[in-house]
Amino acid sequence: MAGTSLKQVTFHLRRYEPGKDREPHWEQYQVDAPPGMTVLDGLWKVKELFAPTLAWRSSCRMGICGSCGMLINGRPRLACNTQISELQSDVVAVGPLPNFGIIKDLVPDLHPMFEAHRELMPYLIREDTQEQENPTGEYWQTPHELERYLQFSYCIKCGCCMAACPTVATDPEYSGPMPLGQAHRYNSDTRDGGFAKRREALSEVRGPWRCHFAGECSQVCPKGVDPAKAIQLMKQDLVFDLLKLRGRKPAARLVATPCGKRREDIPAAPPRTITKA
Amino acid sequence: MRDRTLWTWHIFAGVVILVFLGLHMTIMHLNGTFPTFNNPFGGEAESWQNVAARAKSLFFTLTYVVMLGAALYHGLFGLRGILLELNPGAGLRKGINVALSMLGLALFAFGAWVAITAPGVMSRMGG
Repeated sequence: MAGTSLKQVTFHLRRYEPGKDREPHWEQYQVDAPPGMTVLDGLWKVKELFAPTLAWRSSCRMGICGSCGMLINGRPRLACNTQISELQSDVVAVGPLPNFGIIKDLVPDLHPMFEAHRELMPYLIREDTQEQENPTGEYWQTPHELERYLQFSYCIKCGCCMAACPTVATDPEYSGPMPLGQAHRYNSDTRDGGFAKRREALSEVRGPWRCHFAGECSQVCPKGVDPAKAIQLMKQDLVFDLLKLRGRKPAARLVATPCGKRREDIPAAPPRTITKA
Repeated sequence: MRDRTLWTWHIFAGVVILVFLGLHMTIMHLNGTFPTFNNPFGGEAESWQNVAARAKSLFFTLTYVVMLGAALYHGLFGLRGILLELNPGAGLRKGINVALSMLGLALFAFGAWVAITAPGVMSRMGG
């Protein structure tokens, strides 16, 4: 059957071992690729058959952990979420994410991204720290308020947006789409009261001001997040704040945890049809 | 000055340019369709008498100066953004800021001087 036939593909892999190689170089490996095989499966096959020292990051194999961001056929993608068949090519070129240093082979050095992420305080900042440590209730938030930041909370920090961003490529001081998108995610959260603290960092060169709105970050995001939109909304927020036009609301209030109440009109479950042995 | 403030001024300057370029188009090219600013001497908006009359008007002198300031700031801020993307060191970065500020101020002073002294020059030339 044509649909289940093996296809031979050539993996062009960017190899680099610090201390041994002066600079990264390409190596080629041929593997059989059955339908449904992902790029990550292919890398495992190459490692098993030809290159036991090949290094990359991966974990969940289902597009959730964000570990396996790589440059695949010229585009930042998740290796586990990319089937070889969708590349429509007999050649699969895989390199580490650009705009980062290389630790080894396909492993990018993501430290600068997470450092910028940490500096922009991606967590709820509130005055009631005791309540956050030992919660006694829930912070009130309507579904409409949730919608304001929900899509930005789907970010898995894979770094694909950073690899695609032309400003990150040219300006080492720019925080980049992931940290800025996450700062906006928390600035938009009605439970958060940390806008004034984040504003200090965001008003400087690290903030969103160098973004050209190329939109590549949103194009490549494997989770469908729109960091470019977050950055433009963040600019709007910060400018309105400068002009004293940004409405200031206190962080969402605490409400008691809802207690479940069983409805009385629920019919009883039907009797068992099998008995225990 | 903080990047947030500089960027906000950049946007304001863009709005000012948009408004004044619209005004320019209306006066110079659409005067027949929108005769908001009738040329005092009639005929073409580019005729010597009409240009001289506008140059002697306080309203137009003010718009020329504001437009000049907005265009210089908007353009030089954009140029600064391009230069900073060449990833200069901290010293060179400061040098770029100072050089562009000086250039902008010098061009603004020269242009504003031309706009402000234009009425007198026009009068001496018989405008």
